[in-house]
Amino acid sequence: MCIRKLKESVIEFFIKISGFIIILFVFLIFLFLLKDTVLLFKDFTFKEFIFGKRWLPISEPPHFGIIPLLLGSLYVTFFATIICVPVGIASALFIAEIAPKFLRNILKSFIEILASIPSVVLGFIGIVWLGPFLKDTLKLNTGMCGLTGSFLLAFMSLPTIISISEDAIISVPKSFKEAAFGLGATRWQTLWRVVLPSASSGIIAAIMLGIDRVIGETMVVMMVTGNAPLVPKSILQPLRTLTATIAGEMGEAISGSEHYFALFAVGLILFIITFIINFLSVLLLNRSKK
Amino acid sequence: MNLAKLREKIAFTILGLSTLFVILPIFAIVFYIVKNAIGVISWDFILDIPRNGMREGGIYPAIVGTIYLVLGTILFSLPLGIMAAIYLVEYANDNFFTKLVKVSIVNLSGIPSIVYGLFGMALFVIFLKFGTSILSGCLTLSIMSLPLIITATKEALDAVPFSFREISLSLGATKWQTIRYCVLPYALPGILTGTVLSLSRSAGETAPILFTVAAFYLPRLPRSIFDQVMALPYHLYVISTQIPNMPLRLSFATAFVLIVLVFLMNLVNVILRIQFRKKKQW
Amino acid sequence: MAEVIIKTFNLNVYFGKQHILKNINLEIYKNEILGIIGPANSGKTTFLKALNRLNYLFKDYYQEGEIFFAEKNIKYISDNLLRKKIGIIFALPQVLPITIYENIAYGPKMHGIKNKDTLDSIVEKALRKAYLWEEVKDRLNTLATKLSGGQQQRLCIARTLAVEPEVILYDEPCSGLDPISTQKIEEAMHELKNNYTQILVTNNTKQAARATERCAFMLMGELVEIDRTAIIFTSPKDKRTDEYVRGVFG
Repeated sequence: MCIRKLKESVIEFFIKISGFIIILFVFLIFLFLLKDTVLLFKDFTFKEFIFGKRWLPISEPPHFGIIPLLLGSLYVTFFATIICVPVGIASALFIAEIAPKFLRNILKSFIEILASIPSVVLGFIGIVWLGPFLKDTLKLNTGMCGLTGSFLLAFMSLPTIISISEDAIISVPKSFKEAAFGLGATRWQTLWRVVLPSASSGIIAAIMLGIDRVIGETMVVMMVTGNAPLVPKSILQPLRTLTATIAGEMGEAISGSEHYFALFAVGLILFIITFIINFLSVLLLNRSKK
Repeated sequence: MNLAKLREKIAFTILGLSTLFVILPIFAIVFYIVKNAIGVISWDFILDIPRNGMREGGIYPAIVGTIYLVLGTILFSLPLGIMAAIYLVEYANDNFFTKLVKVSIVNLSGIPSIVYGLFGMALFVIFLKFGTSILSGCLTLSIMSLPLIITATKEALDAVPFSFREISLSLGATKWQTIRYCVLPYALPGILTGTVLSLSRSAGETAPILFTVAAFYLPRLPRSIFDQVMALPYHLYVISTQIPNMPLRLSFATAFVLIVLVFLMNLVNVILRIQFRKKKQW
Repeated sequence: MAEVIIKTFNLNVYFGKQHILKNINLEIYKNEILGIIGPANSGKTTFLKALNRLNYLFKDYYQEGEIFFAEKNIKYISDNLLRKKIGIIFALPQVLPITIYENIAYGPKMHGIKNKDTLDSIVEKALRKAYLWEEVKDRLNTLATKLSGGQQQRLCIARTLAVEPEVILYDEPCSGLDPISTQKIEEAMHELKNNYTQILVTNNTKQAARATERCAFMLMGELVEIDRTAIIFTSPKDKRTDEYVRGVFG
């Protein structure tokens, strides 16, 4: 009896500290990023890092200006969002409100399949098919450019946007719809004027979480965007995102060098950006549930 | 009225086309890979080591490496994830600490995979001196897969009726007994599907293992948890971007094996879900 | 008078800001059947669940005042021991989706009984006491959810009996049952009365009149009156009790 009680209190102890461990992980991630970031600013000013327009890690002297990378991420994210938001919301509406039940289940499982395709496979598709295809159709100098990345990223973020929007659309109370029908509205008018506005905060959260995925995605952009750390002038040029910079350069950066610290600083920036987006979107989601 | 009907027709058509625009590329991609890989796939390819600078031979070490990584990951993330979910559903009070745990989980789910890679390298590889090893890679991947496991487990626990807990407690069972014998068994299906889902996600991840475990070229099997391994997604990345004159058919075949592996896990998931739904008694 | 087994002293109960039970002072005697009647939402169920602290499963619950069980303040009795001693039957039959046998063996197992033969005999004894043995003895390994509502409710009684309680609380046990099932449950209660203290919360005044020895009338969280059942139903002191049992309101 006594041993059983002891066993239970040990188990309950572990359960109770598991929550603490989760918090600890986030704290540790932040700490380890911050620790090495701080070392960068022994020799570089914060201003040079944030506003610097040149990212030349192995030139003499090196430059660690994050602007080209930040813009690279922004360009790609912006265009990906333009593509995936309308398509995503339209599909979510179709799946939630128009498709008959059997089709709905089939479509949803396809969305799940899409979500499970590894990003490196999509990157590969970008290299062997989408890149060359865009190059030929748009007469570009190279297919390895921001646009190719944007397309693939949009595609990748669709499952997130569709499934969360669909949840939001479905949870619009039936009575709202019935009221609209009662006033003689068509199904489309009801969707457009009643359902969509009521689901809006959930849909915005879905978009934000989709954007969060796009900003954080690494392999696809590293494989298809051409990896040129220059201030991009157009989405049709090669560019380089924050994530791809870390992934591409960390292998060559000497541990403890400025370059190494600079890559951690980039990581910290990513951490902060995604933290904010994520946090806001969850606030929105919680509000939409109420 | 007719105009409204017409407008509705047009709108629905557009929505349907959008959905088609999402679904068709999935088919196209899968078909494209299968078509180009089908002639190359053979037992030799799956069971042979890479040869001649990876331009010939098979991908056996990468397959094995990925399986090791996935299993090692679940070893860490599953117990911790389940415990955290149990904490949130069964023990947590509505206080600041609980909110902090929830925010942390949300935050973990939003951190880019490459940042996990950085963190794993800084903490496990360098600070804890595990080196570039299976151990470091699995730990990194497991922290990353925690949010998914926690969310799935939480949903599964929430779905167990309150009355089950009430019955058990009213018979004088302790809180832990109630959870162990009257809640977890009924939440198991949900936990299981969440686990398989997170397995399939870990199998496809590249960025977190870049600097923590993945070997560029290591044509043998790992000898201990402190050894490096090759992994399928990283291998695909390497052969499709880093090796000049790489025969494309091998890249296709590797991509094929990777998606088959991931799809198989999803299939297991679907079957599990259908099975459990049939059995569900409440 | 008989030995007091449960006593509440100035019991006040709140859910959040709602004051559910107001100053309840009540003594329950050993091996009696006490009925608690009153209209819906008068706090009857809350009172029951206060006795074995099941109310604490709700997060915004708190209580003031004391409850004594066998002369011991229940504050000082562990939850699981208290709930073993004071069992409860819920309003709707609630069985676990496992076999009949496992449903009944669950409680004893949680209290550390592992021996198969012991469990077998506990299960049989409990089912016999709940008047269910004859109906299910050949299919102990079928799912409990396959039983009819009345059988499920008697299974719940057997399940409670299996952990050897001293007090059994019934929270409107027959509210979802047909008259025949109700009768069987009342028979079971009658048989149990020599060895157990039973408290029956019910909306059904006729049932209270039939099945109980003493009866308490609760209204809006207050204990209006408690007396022998015969008196409550023929010549209550309080006008509200009189109106309620005559069916003027409720």
